[in-house]
Amino acid sequence: MATDSQGEETVAHGAEAAEHASEGGGLVFHPMDQFIVKPLFGDGAVGMFTVTNVTFWMALTVLAIIGLLVLGTSRRATIPSRIQSIAELAYGFIRKMVEDVAGKDALPYFPYIMTLFIFIVFSNFLGLLPGAFTTTSHIAVTAVLAMLVFLTVTLMGFFKHGLGFLGVFWISAAPLPLRPILALIEVISYFVRPVSHSIRLAGNMMAGHAVIKVFAAFAPMVTISVGVGLLVTPLSIIAITAIYALEVLVAFIQAYVFTILTCVYLKDALHPHH
Amino acid sequence: MASETHETVSACVDSHGGAVGMPQLCSEWMGNQIFWLVVTLVVIFFILSRIALPRIAAVLAERQGAITNDLATAEDLKAKAVEAEEAYNKALADARVEAQNIIAATKAEIKAELDEATAKADAEIAAKAAEGEKVIAEIRANALESIKEVAKDTTKELVAAMGVKADARSVTAAVNARLKG
Repeated sequence: MATDSQGEETVAHGAEAAEHASEGGGLVFHPMDQFIVKPLFGDGAVGMFTVTNVTFWMALTVLAIIGLLVLGTSRRATIPSRIQSIAELAYGFIRKMVEDVAGKDALPYFPYIMTLFIFIVFSNFLGLLPGAFTTTSHIAVTAVLAMLVFLTVTLMGFFKHGLGFLGVFWISAAPLPLRPILALIEVISYFVRPVSHSIRLAGNMMAGHAVIKVFAAFAPMVTISVGVGLLVTPLSIIAITAIYALEVLVAFIQAYVFTILTCVYLKDALHPHH
Repeated sequence: MASETHETVSACVDSHGGAVGMPQLCSEWMGNQIFWLVVTLVVIFFILSRIALPRIAAVLAERQGAITNDLATAEDLKAKAVEAEEAYNKALADARVEAQNIIAATKAEIKAELDEATAKADAEIAAKAAEGEKVIAEIRANALESIKEVAKDTTKELVAAMGVKADARSVTAAVNARLKG
């Protein structure tokens, strides 16, 4: 009990010390710096077509995807190698998801959904490499992804069903007096979809990476104050490890959630009548 | 702002190169990110839809085909094995029946041969026995004759020795009477 309160105290002291130290140059305490976009070559301003760290990490994503899905399957073996097995597993996983969630008539959209999933999952995992820039932690990126889904689904819904697509807002299973109210709620939730869709992914990515960085800033405490540091340093290293493990899970789960939600939205567009 | 002193420093980065607020909300960088994202997505989409996905689909279909084929072949072979087993069992049963037939036929043949041989032997034995009996009877008859002869001669001599002139006819009669008794 006494040690507990002492531990808390030391952490509090640590935070204070860190704040002071960051002024004095002791602890480096910049959890958001990892999200800065900067040019890859030179120090110029970031224009629209500048080759930046975004370009670099997205290119790595593309290369990793080529490595897995193209080079990994290049032997077309009936008895697959390990890499080919993973590629086939990814293929089967998303294809089954599209088929089960959105229905068989959504299969023409499978390459599109596979593109989204494989891009997000590879960006998330590459972002977990130490020193990496996580492209999916930026709302600009996830918002584009979400808006692509939103626009595709909306346009496709109107294209396929005309004004009948509006039936998605008219819950015919509900009692008649309730339907206008429900329709209003449905319309609002429909337009909130891309917002939640994008912020969920970017927020999860950003939060985990920022927290790891905060704990990482506490880790060198032992070099500043041995007494406090003996407790804080191991604690923060354990915390980094634990959160990293959690982030590995989150990296996959968020890609999965993004994809399955895309399938759900697609299903609404294909079959607007519940 | 330090943007006068440093060209690199923007509204989102301070003079030390640290982030100002959330870099995610920096509108300066969004164009760059969106442009490269679109490029990346287009590239990935074409790689997937032109190369990767058709290839994986082909591999999976081929594997499914191979598995189906193998299963069909296995089914065929199984049917053949069952057929072969039936044929084998039938052949075995047939062979058994045939063997029984052969055994029975052979037994009958052997028995007939044996019977014939026995009958022949019996007949031969009977013939031999009859012949033997005949010979024995002959011998016996001969012996009787001889005994009669010897007895007659002996009697004649005995009578002669006693000094009586024996009549041949009466001696013979006496010996015959004696021998009969």
